[in-house]
Order: sequence, then C-alpha cells, then structure tokens
Amino acid sequence: MIASSWLLVAFPALGALILLVGGRRTDAWGHLLGCATVIASFGYAVAMFVSSSLAEATDVALYSWIPVDALQVEFGLRIDPLSMTFVLLITGVGALIHVYSIGYMADDAGRRRFFGYLNLFVASMLVLVLGNSFVTLYLGWEGVGLASYLLIGWYTGRPSAATAAKKAFLMNRVGDVGLALAIFLMFSEIGSTSYAAVFAGIGDLSPAVITAIALLLLLGACGKSGQFPLQAWLPDAMEGPTPVSALIHAATMVTAGVYLVARAAPIYNLTETGRLLVTIVGAFTLLLGAIIGCAYDDIKKVLAYSTVSQIGYMMLAVGLGPFGYALGIMHLLTHGFFKAGLFLGAGSVMHGMNDEVDMRKFGGLYKRMPITFATFGLGYLALIGFPFLSGFYSKDAIIEAAFGSEGWQGWVFGGAAMLGAGITGFYMTRLVLMTFFGKERWRELKSADGREFHPHESPPVMTVPMIVLAVGSVGAGFFFALGDRLVEFLAPSVGALSEAEHTALPHALIPWLTVGLSLFGALVAWLIFGRRDVPVERPQNVSPVTRAARNDLYGNALNEALVATPGLWTTRFAVYLDNKGVDGAVNGLAAALGGSSGRLRRLQTGFVRSYALSMLGGSFLIVAALLMVRFS
Amino acid sequence: MLNPFLAQQGGAIETPQIDYAAILPILIVLGAACVGVLLEAFLPKHQRWPVQVGLTLLTIVAAGVALGAYVGDAPEQGITTLSGTVAVDAPALFLWGTLLALALGAVLLIADRSVEPGGAFVAQAGISPGTVQDRAQVSSTGMQTEVFPLTLFALGGMMTFTAANDLLTMFIALEVLSLPLYLMCGLARRRRLISQEAAVKYFLLGAFASAFFLYGIAMLYGYAGSVRLADIAAATAGTDRSDTLLFAGFGLLMVGLLFKGSVGPFHTWTPDVYQGAPTPITAFMAACTKVAAFGALLRVLFVAFESTSWEWRGVLWAVAIISMAVGAILGLTQTDVKRMIAYSSIAHAGFLLVGTMAITDEGLSGTLFYLLAYGFTTLAAFGVISLVRDASGEATHLSAWAGLSKRSPLLAAVFTFLLLALAGIPLTSGFVGKFVVFSAALSDGMAPLVVIALVFSAVAAFFYLRVVVLMYFSEPAPEGPTVSVPGAFTTAAITLGVVVTLLLGVLPAFALDWAGAGGFALSS
Amino acid sequence: MLLSQATGGAALAQEGAGPGLDMYLPLVILFALALGFALFSVLLGPLVGPSRFNKAKLSAYECGIEPSPQPVVGGGRMPVAYYVTAMLFILFDIEMVFLFPYAVSADALGLWGVAAITLFIATFFIADIYVWRRGGLDWN
Repeated sequence: MIASSWLLVAFPALGALILLVGGRRTDAWGHLLGCATVIASFGYAVAMFVSSSLAEATDVALYSWIPVDALQVEFGLRIDPLSMTFVLLITGVGALIHVYSIGYMADDAGRRRFFGYLNLFVASMLVLVLGNSFVTLYLGWEGVGLASYLLIGWYTGRPSAATAAKKAFLMNRVGDVGLALAIFLMFSEIGSTSYAAVFAGIGDLSPAVITAIALLLLLGACGKSGQFPLQAWLPDAMEGPTPVSALIHAATMVTAGVYLVARAAPIYNLTETGRLLVTIVGAFTLLLGAIIGCAYDDIKKVLAYSTVSQIGYMMLAVGLGPFGYALGIMHLLTHGFFKAGLFLGAGSVMHGMNDEVDMRKFGGLYKRMPITFATFGLGYLALIGFPFLSGFYSKDAIIEAAFGSEGWQGWVFGGAAMLGAGITGFYMTRLVLMTFFGKERWRELKSADGREFHPHESPPVMTVPMIVLAVGSVGAGFFFALGDRLVEFLAPSVGALSEAEHTALPHALIPWLTVGLSLFGALVAWLIFGRRDVPVERPQNVSPVTRAARNDLYGNALNEALVATPGLWTTRFAVYLDNKGVDGAVNGLAAALGGSSGRLRRLQTGFVRSYALSMLGGSFLIVAALLMVRFS
Repeated sequence: MLNPFLAQQGGAIETPQIDYAAILPILIVLGAACVGVLLEAFLPKHQRWPVQVGLTLLTIVAAGVALGAYVGDAPEQGITTLSGTVAVDAPALFLWGTLLALALGAVLLIADRSVEPGGAFVAQAGISPGTVQDRAQVSSTGMQTEVFPLTLFALGGMMTFTAANDLLTMFIALEVLSLPLYLMCGLARRRRLISQEAAVKYFLLGAFASAFFLYGIAMLYGYAGSVRLADIAAATAGTDRSDTLLFAGFGLLMVGLLFKGSVGPFHTWTPDVYQGAPTPITAFMAACTKVAAFGALLRVLFVAFESTSWEWRGVLWAVAIISMAVGAILGLTQTDVKRMIAYSSIAHAGFLLVGTMAITDEGLSGTLFYLLAYGFTTLAAFGVISLVRDASGEATHLSAWAGLSKRSPLLAAVFTFLLLALAGIPLTSGFVGKFVVFSAALSDGMAPLVVIALVFSAVAAFFYLRVVVLMYFSEPAPEGPTVSVPGAFTTAAITLGVVVTLLLGVLPAFALDWAGAGGFALSS
Repeated sequence: MLLSQATGGAALAQEGAGPGLDMYLPLVILFALALGFALFSVLLGPLVGPSRFNKAKLSAYECGIEPSPQPVVGGGRMPVAYYVTAMLFILFDIEMVFLFPYAVSADALGLWGVAAITLFIATFFIADIYVWRRGGLDWN
C-alpha cells in the first residue's frame, strides 16, 4: 500500500493534465473528473491510514531526479504520521471544496479550467507534504505558489485580481529565496538535502549555521503563510473565487509554513534563537491580524485577517519547540475545518447576495439562509474557542503552552495569545452580527450591477460540504484531544510533547480566563453592533486606532518602504543610467541635429560608439582589476 | 639570431596525424556548407529552397549520427588531434551534441514559410529598404537561400570553437562562427532598416571584441611562448615570467569570450541585435552562440587557467554580478518581447558564469547541463514569438500581447511554460539547471555569489511574470495581433523545445550523466 | 623581485633577460627602415616634384571609385561592383599568402602537403564559382 503511495499525487496530477490539455472537449464532464480524482486520493489515503502502521517514517524512493557526482536528489516520498495527517486534511477538505465548487462555479464559463487548476494545486500540495527531501518540498512549494497565483487572478476582468495575483507571487518569491538559500546551505554543509541525511547530520554543524538555516527556513515560512513582515498578500488574495480562499488561503497552502517548521523540528530543536524568533513572529502576527480584522467591512478580508491571526497561533506553537509542535498541528487541523467552513459560508452568502462582500449591506440573513447561518455559526463558535468545540481544545492548548515558557517569555507570549483570543471574539462576533442579524439593510440597496438583492439559500451541492465541515468544527477538537490522541500519533514525526513544569498563570485558570476574554470581546461587539443599527455607509470620523487598522496597520506602507521603493529606485536609476548616462548625450546631440531618417542613422552610429566605449571601459576595468589582485 | 626561424628548413616536416572519425561531425557540417554554396551557384532559383532545406537538415542529422557512432567507443580521457589543436573529449562531444540538436531546431524555424509567404528572410538583400521594389519583395515568395549554407558555416565554427585546444584555432573558429552571423542578422524581410542596423552594430562591436581577443592571444603568447592551452597552463605553474603579460592577456581574452556570451558589461549589443535580427536567427544566436561561447570559456578556464583561479576569480565574480544585475533590472522595464528575452539572456549569462567559475567536476557538468537546458527553452520561446503577428510583421511590442490567452490559449500556455522555465520553477529544466550550477558554486566556496544570484533570479522572475499577467489578466487590445497557425517546421521546433524543457526538468538524469561523463583532455 | 614585477615590461627590457627578446631585433630594424622610407618618399615628393592639379587628382580616391552621394531616404546607392572586385583581389591575395610558404617548403611537406594545398585551393574555388555564377565578374 505504502509502496504505491505515489498514486496519491498521481490522481490529481492526471486530472489536472487531462483538464488543462484536453481543452473544451472536457467541458461537459470536467468538474466531475476534478472531484473524482481528489476523492480517489482521499479514499486511498484513508485506506493507507487504516491498513498501514505509521509508527515509523517510511521513505519511498521513486527515482533519481538530479544525480550529479556529489549532488544526489532522489525523488521520493516520506510516509509518516505528520505527512499522512496533512494528506488526509488536504484531500478530505479538498474533496469537500471541490464538490462545493461545482455549485459555486456553475455559472462560470471556465469551470473546467478552474477544476484543472484546483487539481494542480492539490497535486502540488501533496508533493509538498509527501516529499522526502527539502528539494522535493521546494518543488511542491513552487507548484502551490503557481496554482495559487493562477487562481487568485481567476477573475481576469478585474485589474485588482491581477494586481493581487502578482503581489502574492512576488511576496512569495521573497520567501522562496529564503527557502532556496536554506536548502543550498544544507547541501553545502551536509552534502544532502534529504530529510533523513539532513536530520542525521545537523547535529555536527556549528550553532551559527544551524541558526542561519532555521532563520532562512522561517523566511520561507513567513512568505507562504502570510506571517509578518510578508503578510500583506494574503488578504489581497481574497480576489480569487471563494472556494479558492477556503482551500488554499485558509485550510491548506497557507499552513505550509507551519508544516515546514514542524517538519524541520530536528533543526529547530537545536537552535533556541531560531525557535524564539518563530515564536515572536507568531505572537506578533496573531495580534496584528486580529487587530486589522476588526476594521474591515469586507467579509472575506475579515476572514483572511483572521486566518493570518490563527496561523500566528500555529507559528507561536511550533516556535515553542517540543512543547508545541503537535499543538500547532492540532490547531492547524481544527482551523482547517472551521475556517474552510466559514469561507464556504461566506461564499454561500455571496452566492445569494449577487457576489456582494460588504457586510454593511447584509443584515438579518439568518432567516433567509438557515443552513448557511447554522453552519457558519458553529464555525464561528469553534473559532472563538467556545467551550468544547474544536477551537477550544486546540487554541487553549497553545495558550497554555505559551504561558509555560520561561521567564518573561511566558508572560509576553501567553499574554499576547490570550489577548488575541479576546480580540478574535470581538471581530468574529461583529462579523456574525453584521451579516446575519440586525436590520435587513439590503432591502433598500442594489448591487453594483444594478440588480436587487434576493438572498436565498444555496443548493445542496454547496450546503452539504458546509454541513460536513460544520460537524468537523464541532467535533474535531474533542476527537483529537481525547486522550492526547493526535499528540501521540504525531510523536514519531515531531517528537513527544513536553509539558511545562509550571506556567506563569495557574494551570487551571487559563482555559476559563481565555473563554472569559473571548466572551467579553463578543459582548463588546454586541454592545456596539448588536444593539444599534449598523450604518450602511462606512463612518469616516473614527479614532486613529481604527484608521490604522483599516490601513492594515500600515503593513503595505512598510513593505513599500522596505522592499518596493528601493527596488523601484534601483530600477529607475539603472534605466536612467542606461538611457541618459550612456546614450543620452548622443541622443540629445542627434535630436538637435536632425531630420527624422538622418537622425535614425546617426543614432545608429551613436549607439555603437557608446556601446564600444562601455566595452572598452569594461576591458580596462577587468585588466586593471586582475593586475591589482595579482600585485597587491 | 634567425636560427629559430631557419632551423626547420630542409629535412622533412612531420605531418600531423588526423583522427578523422573524431572530427567527422565538423567535416560533415563544413563540407555540406561548401556543397550548399555550389548549389546556390548552379541551381535555378525555384529549386534552391527545397534542396537547401533538405541538405541542411540531412547534414545535421548525418553529423549527429557520426557523433553518435563516435561517442559509443570514444576514449574516456578524450583525444587531441590535428597536432593537438583540436581536442575531442567528453565536454566537446556533449557540446557538439547540444549544438547539433539546437541547430536542428533553429534550421526548422529558419526554413518555415507558413507564417509568412517566403519565410522570415528577405527575397533580395540587394534592394534598398523603403523603395518600391522593397515593398514588392515583402509580398514575394522568394528568399535568400544563402542563409542555409551560412548557418552551416556558423555551426561548423561553433563546433570547432568548443573543441579548439589552442588559442589560434579558437580565434579562427570565432571568426568562422561570427562572420555568417553578422550577415544573417541583416536579412530580415520586414523592418529591414532595423535589421541592417543590428547587423552593422553586431559586426562593428564583434570586430572590436575580436581585436581584444587577438590582443589577448598575443600577450599570452608573449608570456608562455605558445598559444596552446596546455602550454599556458604549464607556464603558469611556477615561473618567474612577467605576470603582467599573463593577466593582461587573460583579461583581454576574457573580453572577447564574454562578448560572445553576452555577459556583463560586454552585453550592450545583445538587446539591439536580438530585436533587429530575423527571429529565427535570433533563436539560433541566443541558443547556439551562447553554448559555443561558454563551451570555449569553460575550456580556457579549466585547461589553461586553473592554477591561477585565485587571482582571477574575484574579477569574474564582479562580472557575473554585473551581468545578473543588468539583465534582471533592465529587463524589468522592457516593452519589447525580443528585447526582454535578450535581457533575460544577459541575466542567464551571469548565472552560467557562476557555474563556469567553479573549477570542479560539478561546475563543469552543471554548466554544460544549464547550456543544454537554456538553449532549448530560449529556442522555443523565439519560435513562439515568431507566431504573434500583425499587419506589419511580428508584433513584438508587449502591449500587443495583452489578453493573448483569450485568442490563443495553447500558445499562451506554451509561452507561460517557457517563461516559467526561464524563471527556474521546479519541474522545468530551468530549475534543475540553476540547482546544479548553484550547488556547484556553493561547494566551491562561492556562497555570497550564490546568494546574490538567487536574489537576482527572484528579481528576474518578475519580468517573466509581467508577460504572463499581460497574457492572462489583461483585456485584449482591440486591433491586436493575430496568432498565425504554425506550419510543420515551426510546430516541430517549438514542440522540440518544450518537450526537452519538460523532460530535462522531470528526468534530467540522462543528460546530467552525459554532461558529467568526463573532463577536458589535457594532453597536448 | 616584487618591484620589478610591478613595473612589468620596463623591468624586463632593462634586464634584457626576456627569453629570446633579442630575436625581435631584425624586426625593429625592418620597422625603422620602413618608417624611414615612408617619411623619405612623402617628404621628398612635394619638395622636388612639379605641382600641377586637375580634377582627378583632387578627388578623394584616385582609383576609379565615385565618392558616394549623400544618403537620402532609400537612395544613395553605393557602386557595389567596385567592392566585389576589391574583395576578390584581397581573397586572391590571401590565397597567395598561403601558397607562397607552401611553395618554399614543398619538398619538406611531401605528398601530404600537396593534398592539403590542393584541398585548400579547391575550397577556395568554391567561393569563386559562386561569385562567377552570380554575376560578380560581369563588369558593365
């Protein structure tokens, strides 16, 4: 069973191939094939999970991908609890979202292509988590980036979609450089990039190198998972169709960073600095995402910042090292259920509301969309950590572990995580109140294309996946946490979970304090948004804090200042030098002199002269430099 | 005093031994080129095209067969023949194979007459541009079929260039490969002024670079008393001769080679010439000249200058950085597809140089593989460019490519794939190439350079992406270009490029094995 | 030693120890003679010769080619035939350059030399045939 585990990847890859190469011939049944391949993978994964013992990691060598003397890259898969957990999540949630997309994309002429991209994504994501070397991981890493890029830009008519797609790709590239550097560093220091060899040899390296590798991996993780300072692309990525937001930008791809850190546990175990930085990034991002989430009126953007914030929790957890790897993965799984459910719910609302995303135009929808409301409500309760639902178990465990850190760290990280829980309660309650309760503000409004709103429940092909995910949102946490089931299952991959000796706050107090804070946040939201009518127009006269939050806490400005502007200026300078410095004098002279065709000819010799000059200059420099090196 | 000159008079001069089997591919190519010239002289006009195309394709295939037959039982260490002026060793055989395969694709593009009646080449080069006759020739179906023998001459020159074991042979080969290219650049059917401008620019700057090359040879001869690479290597090992001559000569020699490879500060001709030359010729140049130039560069650095690598490496570092920076940054603002690919080629030359500098087995095999991979990708890319046309010929301005995916989804997908390969995304040959080259550089202690290279390859990804965005996410221009239905030849060339790009990304083992089959022949 | 290296060629000349540099002495003498002869002829002409001018003597090239007219759009054609002839002349010149040393050492090169030079001439003639068939030799 394990030996042919490549089939897991092969199904969706084949699906993508058929759908994308087959062209219009496959339009009629393309969406069904797209679902079938993912369901097949899911079935195979379940069968593997049931029939095989996963207590030990099994490497399945497929073939030798890049064999050059010292550099051997095998294309192989690693089957172990960690990878199987991800495979089940990806194919399971993936299959549900594929089914949902049949309904959601029913009116889109390019539905078949959409399923092709989705299958491509699933295949790449499976390569990412199944690969048994960092290079194979990189392959999947780039593949999901590409699929995500294609899907964010799905609505080609919108310039904002193109911009968002480009932004996502570029910010990911920044992270990718980090990951690539980490891989090259491993190769040059250890001589291999396979997990087995790297983890075996990492202990012999100097602490500085280990920390460098850890930090570079973190950079890659930040890019993919929308963590500070590379978080700005994720909310913009909501330009894609909602199923994409649910699958790629909530449940699976954006959690790849968490996977990377958990996978590289043997590396992070050796570097306290690296772990600390992961924790700091996580703690900072979880607050950042939560605060910005309070300010948006776009239902998908709020959910996107919520995702940023929740992944912050996961990063915080895996940054705690042996105290948190398994907890981070557990939150990742429960989050996969409830956040996918929330996005599908949001998609269902949009489906009924002429693709409107502004919550100020919603209101009172619970009567019109009972199933959506019920499933969304359960997801909401799970997310804010309502007792005994999924989020309660997973998030609470992380907050406890955070308080268990030593010294000031316990207070800071624990405090941040707990504060984040309170803010989460606030913004999620605000979202639910503005969408499903209150006055039916849409009655007096029309959508942007001039139609009236007629909210209605979505067809079963959409609601059934939502119901399934809602069940997961309710029960998954309890299921995983019961008897530390998941923690023990993952132990062969990430090591046994350590428990802190003592926590900064009393152990028994933490869960109740967290729940209390969440409910307090929800109460505040109700006081502001539940009791009074929500204005349809966005209030402009707001506090500086709100304004800052509306501006993504100036995250874009920061990016612009740090990355984009210097890049822009370098480009401008280079072009200026090319146009003006070298050619400008000649051009100017020629323009002053000339008739049109004569100018062309003079330009020609002018160019060659300046080209030759630059060559001559280069030659002088080369020879001079060579002689200087030799005789200095 | 004159004794050294007169000593050889009288007595029989030993005639050189020639291993005909080893150099048979070159002989076939150059011989067929001569036959091609005779055919031009004697065949009536209407018969020239089919006969020349047949002869050229047949020649390349025959040379390939001869190469294949020789590779089977070639000595592992390689041999030198023709008095040690030509070395036929593993790298040379690999490069010959690469050159022949790429030339096959290029000839297919050159021979194509489906996208435009009469092909991409001028019917009569003697007609002045812009005249009435010139407008008539645009729509006529003839072409200057001299292009085919010229291609073969250039190809023969390139093959000799990569196998030349002494600097003088290398120089002759350089001229043999360059002169036909200068001419072919000026033979475009449309936009003839810009095409001729490109030819003259390339010629003038090429002559300039050749002068540097020759001056470098003279200085190295002054240093070592020989132009043989092996003798120069022997001379550098512990002598008290003037190092000024050695390094000045080395520097000038490098200028000549780097110019041909369109590297670093010697790239200035590349965008103009790539833009102006007929697209099939641009494809030929971009793919084959790059292979030939870096093949020769590898041989010179590995055989002659290995022991002085500590002295020159720093300088070539700077050159590689300049090349990558220029290519990646200036490529960002280009508005013409051909110019953009030209800047991409400059950036790739920088990456190649990173691998070339690693004087190790991995460096050698990695660079050879990169050349193979890059050649096919860029060949197919130019093939695609030749298909997007409007009323005045090829529509190379980027704005014309807006929304291309809606008009021609297949073409847009193919071009996207090729751009992704140029950007180095996994499962394409570009990724494997970059990976092997950078790892080789890293294990030879060039970590900072690899970091810089990775950053620039990320920057370069941006302008490839710009085109993808334009093709997929923009509204088509109202009077945009049409996409010609390619004929069998162009289809074959593009398919060849795409398939190899994919194959080398998924199953690179075979090519990597061959690229790593052995080092340069050192005996002279 | 370091100092002498730094000054490169100059130091080499001082020591006079460059391997076989004295070999170049005849060349230097030849160069001086040529320069002397050139200067002598150029300076002597105006001094002793009569100075009578006509149109042909004042034109830029005294060898038959018309200086090309100023280029206008699409016009301004160059007399190509002149250059074809000039190039053929240079080609035969170059052929001579190779034939001469062969002729000098034909004995020593033996049969192999004959074969090689025959091949060279044959290859050379291919180009001539091309020029001839394409009308490069039709002077009108």
